[in-house]
Amino acid sequence: MSDFLPTGIQLTYLVAASLFIIGLKKLSSPATARNGNLLAAVGMLLAIVATLLDRQVLNYQMILVALAIGSALGAIAAYKVQMTEMPQMVGLLNGLGGAASALVAVGEFWRLLGASESVSLDANISMLLDVFIGGITFTGSMLAFAKLQGIISGSPITFPLQQPINALLLMSYIAGSGMLLVDPTNLPIFLGLVAVSLVLGVMFVIPIGGGDMPVVISLLNSFSGLAAGAAGFVVMNNVLIISGALVGASGLILTEIMCKAMNRSLISVLFGAFGGGGAASGAGGAVAGDKTTHSVDAEEAAMMLGYARSVAIVPGYGMAVAQAQHTIRELADQLDRLGVEVKYAIHPVAGRMPGHMNVLLAEANVPYTQLYDMDDINPQFDQIDVALVIGANDVVNPAARHDTASPIYGMPILEVDRAKHTIVIKRGMSTGFAGVDNELFYKDKTMMFFGSAKDAVAKIVSEVKHL
Amino acid sequence: MTETLIAALFVFVLASFAGFEVINKVPPTLHTPLMSGSNAISGIAVIGALLVAGPKESNLSVILGLIAVILATINVVGGFLVTDRMLQMFKKKEVKA
Repeated sequence: MSDFLPTGIQLTYLVAASLFIIGLKKLSSPATARNGNLLAAVGMLLAIVATLLDRQVLNYQMILVALAIGSALGAIAAYKVQMTEMPQMVGLLNGLGGAASALVAVGEFWRLLGASESVSLDANISMLLDVFIGGITFTGSMLAFAKLQGIISGSPITFPLQQPINALLLMSYIAGSGMLLVDPTNLPIFLGLVAVSLVLGVMFVIPIGGGDMPVVISLLNSFSGLAAGAAGFVVMNNVLIISGALVGASGLILTEIMCKAMNRSLISVLFGAFGGGGAASGAGGAVAGDKTTHSVDAEEAAMMLGYARSVAIVPGYGMAVAQAQHTIRELADQLDRLGVEVKYAIHPVAGRMPGHMNVLLAEANVPYTQLYDMDDINPQFDQIDVALVIGANDVVNPAARHDTASPIYGMPILEVDRAKHTIVIKRGMSTGFAGVDNELFYKDKTMMFFGSAKDAVAKIVSEVKHL
Repeated sequence: MTETLIAALFVFVLASFAGFEVINKVPPTLHTPLMSGSNAISGIAVIGALLVAGPKESNLSVILGLIAVILATINVVGGFLVTDRMLQMFKKKEVKA
């Protein structure tokens, strides 16, 4: 009997880890994704129940209360959150996961201190790693949450000697770690290290601007996984290690995709403090001055769209801010009625986190079969009659292809200028996030429709209805 | 380094490779649910928290463990529920009335 239970628990962990992998695998298609998420949740439930049967776990009352509080808060948050607020939500959850992982290390340290056991070198190194990653994830995510939620300014905050201070903090963490390895029960040093890791998290996110948040959120997602993995090393538990590695890998892949989509290296995102404007001003090869735009009214736009064979809608974050997705879907329905083929062309950084725009459109009941990724839609623009750009700017700027002087040169873009006509709905001629003028607006076959995304599309919809 | 640590490192590295393989196939359309879903999985730290909160005593270690249980449970429950909420919106084509 005494051997039966631990073996059972370990086997349950094995099942849970397998369910996580199968669940993630099922996320590769919208048709099976929901089922996959459910499987992963079942895996988690199994792991938790198995752990409650562990002989170390006796404190049932308190633990059940804690589980109930956490579940209630989590459920409320999950049902209350708006889809536009998803980046903050994920940021917040990342932070809580990181904090939980760090607390595991701190709690374990305390237990070892009280038990006056000798702390093994392995356990010590694991705890130091866990505190480091968990602490950074916690405060970094909280700051990212605050920036995205608008609690503090989203623009990059820089101050003199930022990098030297960061280097100093990092060195002090390493030095402190060395001291703790020699003297494993030194409480002041341990607490100092916890504090340093928390400060490092703040320092890590504070210079990063709002536009770079997709990268930061992805990276923190990876960190939250690594923190859980490190906690797994602390309590020597395989299911934690496996899950941590899975999430760490997932976050890393997304980080890389986001960096590529923005044509930035991770290093420049972390240390560049880009996105405050200024950096890019005055650049751009074309000479300003004699550039003219063609504008279009709702009636003419409606005609162009209604009599086209195929239309590609290119939504940007401006569309999401204006909450225009439902109106756009109404337009797509009307065009569909007229026999126009409608596709949505989605740039990887169209939203505020990877895949954000797709979720916003799905919320407006746009079928996912009409959502096209950049790589799929770009070869098709030649055959598209009208590209309708709504609230997007830098991601459709052709300068990225040929103008080596432009700060966005090399960034992958949606090639809307290859479509037969382009209609751009925009408030005014202001520049996008990168602060560069968009030569697309001055092309002969580009029509500008000035107005807020929602009103403009609504006007077009009412005109299309009369066709 | 002890043998357990080495074994754990093996598990970690192999799981990372499995993760890269599985997640590379997720299309950009599903990146947000992938993130919130994997985020919920990282709430597995709740297991570690349960072990730390386990002893029937009331010292600081247990209290920290209990706080960790609350935080990790928010992460787990919130993450899975919000992912489900998003995924149920992804429809192929709604039935036209």
